[in-house]
Amino acid sequence: MTVAQADSSALTPPAAHPQLQRKPRTYWSMALQSLRRDLITLIAIAFLFTMALLSLLAPVIAGGIGVGPNDTNPDNAFQQPYLGPYIQWRTGQDPTSAPLMLGKSGGVPHWLGTDQLGRDQFVRLLYGGRVSLGIAFAAAALTLILGVTVGTLAGFFGGVVDDAIMWFVNTTVSIPGIYLLIIVTAILKPNPITLTLFLGLLGWFGTARLIRGNVFKVRALDFVLAARSVGTRNARIMLQHVIPNSLPIIIVNAAIDIGILILVESALSFLGLGIQPPTATWGSMLNRANNFLFLRDPETEAYLALHLLVGPGLLITLTVLALYLIGDGLRDALDPMMKNIR
Amino acid sequence: MPRHVIRRLLQAIPTLLGVSIIAFALAYNSPGDPILIRTFDPNITQESREILRRQLGLDQHWALQYLSWLTGVTIRSGDVVEEFSRKDTQCSLLAGLNTTFCDNGGGILRGNLGTSIATNQPVWERIVERMPATLELGVSALLVALLLGLPLGVLSAVRQGSLFDNLVRVLAVVGNAIPSFWFGLMLIFLFGVALGWLPTGGRHTVSLTNEFDLVDRIRHLILPTFVSALGGIALLSRFMRTETLEVIRTDYIRLARAKGVAARRVWFVHALGNALIPLMTTLGPAIFGVLGGAVVIETVFSWPGMGRMTFSAAVQRDYPTVLGAVMFFSLLTILGNLLSDILYGVVDPRVRLS
Repeated sequence: MTVAQADSSALTPPAAHPQLQRKPRTYWSMALQSLRRDLITLIAIAFLFTMALLSLLAPVIAGGIGVGPNDTNPDNAFQQPYLGPYIQWRTGQDPTSAPLMLGKSGGVPHWLGTDQLGRDQFVRLLYGGRVSLGIAFAAAALTLILGVTVGTLAGFFGGVVDDAIMWFVNTTVSIPGIYLLIIVTAILKPNPITLTLFLGLLGWFGTARLIRGNVFKVRALDFVLAARSVGTRNARIMLQHVIPNSLPIIIVNAAIDIGILILVESALSFLGLGIQPPTATWGSMLNRANNFLFLRDPETEAYLALHLLVGPGLLITLTVLALYLIGDGLRDALDPMMKNIR
Repeated sequence: MPRHVIRRLLQAIPTLLGVSIIAFALAYNSPGDPILIRTFDPNITQESREILRRQLGLDQHWALQYLSWLTGVTIRSGDVVEEFSRKDTQCSLLAGLNTTFCDNGGGILRGNLGTSIATNQPVWERIVERMPATLELGVSALLVALLLGLPLGVLSAVRQGSLFDNLVRVLAVVGNAIPSFWFGLMLIFLFGVALGWLPTGGRHTVSLTNEFDLVDRIRHLILPTFVSALGGIALLSRFMRTETLEVIRTDYIRLARAKGVAARRVWFVHALGNALIPLMTTLGPAIFGVLGGAVVIETVFSWPGMGRMTFSAAVQRDYPTVLGAVMFFSLLTILGNLLSDILYGVVDPRVRLS
């Protein structure tokens, strides 16, 4: 029996009054309802969805613009963004600025400027999102699978199984995670797939602890005893009764986990240990940025690399922020205690 | 109480042993021949390489190598005393077992973390060398986080729902979401490059005399401290807000109000005191975590701390340094958790009995 089933049977209204009849309010429909009223979470979801869509469509968009993520053009390095003048040119307000910029790049529009090798910043941001988001989502999935499995086994069986698993988890957690990742990535230069594996394999300990704690509570409940008393196998009890009761924790944890993984991947790539060049990720795009901080245009004295610094960092921050906000919103929506307060 | 402490101390031993196994396994399985790294000279013959390999015990089974790394004692079958000509090694032959035991006086159990391949210094010496810089940055960041985070959290709970409360909550979420290296780079650009108010990195201005200049040190410390503290401020303000809101719903706060205790006294004596108890669990690891350094921030600000040392050692494949540093950091983490457990037992008697 899951939370959802408990609610639906208890809340089914009497069928005698057709006007009073309404759909049964299950746990999940109530959660969805409170989520619909949560404007901040909805905006965060919309933002994340847009980012994911843009990343997925990166090859299409790049094809439309006519420039690849690794196409270099040394003659046009550090071109400044000119999205504003470009729009003004298109709407006929400013006929001179944008064509001048377009002339430098041979007709290819670099709306967000170019980097030190003349690569298009906009297209690289899209492709970088592809790698950064892809790695974070895949690693989070691995983290959840491992964390939920191990946590459920430890919590459900307790005793020696729990002791052995928790000894391993506590031991590994004692090594500061970032050092463990730095050692592993410094020794074995990772590609996107191996990096995903490292992040996933070294990231599930917290999830396992969380799930284990919840399973300890659930396994003492009466419906588990009932299932046991009618001879249900352990595997079935875990899959049918215990894990569904951890779902709210799993969902909330997933959102926050993806955010943390984006931060970790970008930090590793910034240090030069993550994805290797020329592949763009949001972190690796900042890898060389500190070398160009002082670079100025000899005539106008304007800083040349500011647009390279702002773009990737802003996207990381906004994406992680969106994921944290979604996590918070889901926690409120899925917390049964909050329902009566709202 | 002593029983609680002793039990927790004993529980830390298998954990530390596990850490040493993981650390050793990482180094053992990493590619690259440590002998070739040490003997790059083309005049060295293959034969002398093999002698060195035997002297260092690198030809042995991994379990014996681990034992040797841990205790400094090497075990070999047969009479091989004469091979170990290194003067710091003492060997003896147990004729009955036909086994040679050698003691090189090292081993991490005796606090000997080995010798760095890159600099030929003892690893412990390298760590001690970097300690002051790491402590300087870590302690100042911890202080700033506490001094800003605690009041912000309590005040935002006091004024729940106000503009101030909402601002603090936004700061808490954004402070956690912003990548520290990017935040550091932005601050370096703004205050170091564009405005020119503060130095862009390092611990002090390099000069011929290298005299100690407090103002110069503080100017170098401001940006990295603030970037390091941001996460802590976000975490603490959020934590204190929740704790304070929970505490003020309790009966003893209601009683204090009913007795007519002044509002300020209720908040900052009755409520804050009890809200601080759960903070113990986070403070222990935080204090010891400070010693571990901050890799990313130290790299961004070219801060000569332990994080940056470990990072460059890992890139250079200086395994003894990396292993030593990891063992040291893990010991700190375990001690931090231990401290918070013990402190928690002191302030909350229920923990001791469970």
